[in-house]
Amino acid sequence: MIEILWHGRGGQGAFTASRLLGASYVLAENSYALAFPSFGPERRGAPIRAFTKLDDRPIGNRSEVKLADFSIFLDDTLFSEAAFDELKPGGKILLNTKNIHNDDRIVVVDGDGIAAEILKLPITNTIMLGALAGVFDKVSVAHIEEAIRQNMPEKLHEKNIAAVNAAVGAVRKEAVG
Amino acid sequence: MARKFLSGNEAFAEGVRLARPQVISAYPITPQTIVVECLSEMVEDGSLKAEFIHVESEHSALSCAMGASAVGARTFTATSSQGLLYMAECLVYASGGRFPIVMMNANRSTALPWNIYGDQRDSIALLDSGWIQSYAENAQEALDLALMSYYIAEHKNVSTPYMANLDGFVLTHTYEVVEIPTQEQADAFLPSFKTENKLDLSHPRNLGFTAGPDYNTQFKYKEHLGLLRVREVVEEAEMRFAEIFGRRYTGLTENYRTEDADFILVTLGSISGLVREVADELREKNVKAGLLRLRYLRPFPDEEIVRTLNGAKAAAVLEKDISFGGDGTVYTNVTAALQKAGSRLPVSNYIGGLGGKNISAEEIEQIFEELKQGNVKTVFLGLGGEDA
Repeated sequence: MIEILWHGRGGQGAFTASRLLGASYVLAENSYALAFPSFGPERRGAPIRAFTKLDDRPIGNRSEVKLADFSIFLDDTLFSEAAFDELKPGGKILLNTKNIHNDDRIVVVDGDGIAAEILKLPITNTIMLGALAGVFDKVSVAHIEEAIRQNMPEKLHEKNIAAVNAAVGAVRKEAVG
Repeated sequence: MARKFLSGNEAFAEGVRLARPQVISAYPITPQTIVVECLSEMVEDGSLKAEFIHVESEHSALSCAMGASAVGARTFTATSSQGLLYMAECLVYASGGRFPIVMMNANRSTALPWNIYGDQRDSIALLDSGWIQSYAENAQEALDLALMSYYIAEHKNVSTPYMANLDGFVLTHTYEVVEIPTQEQADAFLPSFKTENKLDLSHPRNLGFTAGPDYNTQFKYKEHLGLLRVREVVEEAEMRFAEIFGRRYTGLTENYRTEDADFILVTLGSISGLVREVADELREKNVKAGLLRLRYLRPFPDEEIVRTLNGAKAAAVLEKDISFGGDGTVYTNVTAALQKAGSRLPVSNYIGGLGGKNISAEEIEQIFEELKQGNVKTVFLGLGGEDA
């Protein structure tokens, strides 16, 4: 099972990203997913977590993700060294930041930069989903596009699909460079 | 048939839509709110032709549903926790009046301390209210039960209200892939609601009357029989369901790797998925572990439990409730069924998940480990701390 831990602040769309990831994954044959937020009262700006679990068989374990294959931060003010304690061996952290991190376990992407350019809004959830697709080949960009079409309001489709693709390009370029 | 990525609440709302209820009356409460929101949107956009009645309380929600049912309308309501308790007076009215109302209950802890998270103390506290009670494991089953609930509740041999329980948050708010049948399939499965138990100007009759000591026992006995007949109607509904939708359910209970099991964990609701995974892992380690999932608590699946547990060396009941000063209520029911059948199987009681406390795979593994020792005990999971 592949487990993804999403970190964001209330209003940044971390749970939506976790859900879009699940919705895109199950578009493939024999694919199962669970997506859920950390349950409880919601408050704009407060740290929240969301979870996506992906597998090739039905998933019985509905508990929160303790150790992640990918830990994704929509907001770099939430990132600290403690993030590594929640990572499986070989796991990756995807970080929306303008900072440079010299650590093989961290993949950086300037999500805010892409958001400003394409979305004209400081929302990076679909961008970080695109970043995941850029480093993790079991998530197809075509399926993410389809999930966006099926689950987001129509007026948001085009820009978010463009943002996803920009993020895929950015992390792949990063990996090569 | 469409495949969608939905939460338990959304999946249940889809099932209700396909059942074409004529009247929906509800009052919102976390974590049930979304099912009611979805249905109100469906009524608004015309995809569901129903009267949606906003009421001022849960007591009114069920009273309103009863009024609608009493003129022969297919009705739906939904609630949770304190809302269900506030309805309690009306629950027994609806069952005594034999109104086949369907209600979704999002299982949630009851106050105090105030807590919005999932456990099953709300519905289990109302086991004696005369309602059918089912417990779904996942969102697909939730949708399917929404459809089947009307078939079962409205069946002329049953005519009893139906409470479909979904674990709050872990099921109501968790997204997973769900197959949504077409309206044509749903219509082929579910006949329209016809009853003689209604107010009808051309056939005047009295409903909701008094029965003193002379006749009260007969009424209550008939109510009891109505619930006992649910077993065969569930079987009939599931056979028809499998023919039309291709998904086969297994009656009041579901067995997983129990045929040759030495140790069987009896549980209900969404935790069953994790027990299944732990049983698989233990089988790899040559521990003969199995799961008996109670899909229904009323009628109580006593025969199924006795049959399944016969041959095991030990069993445990894992439940998200406690009858304070007694045992877990599911445990009391399970052990009574075994005792009636003359079984001397050692059965332990594990109380877990109270107020939304997570139950981990390690804890379930530990239960099976303790079953090997064979001594009967009562354990509260998740107490923690040295004083516990």
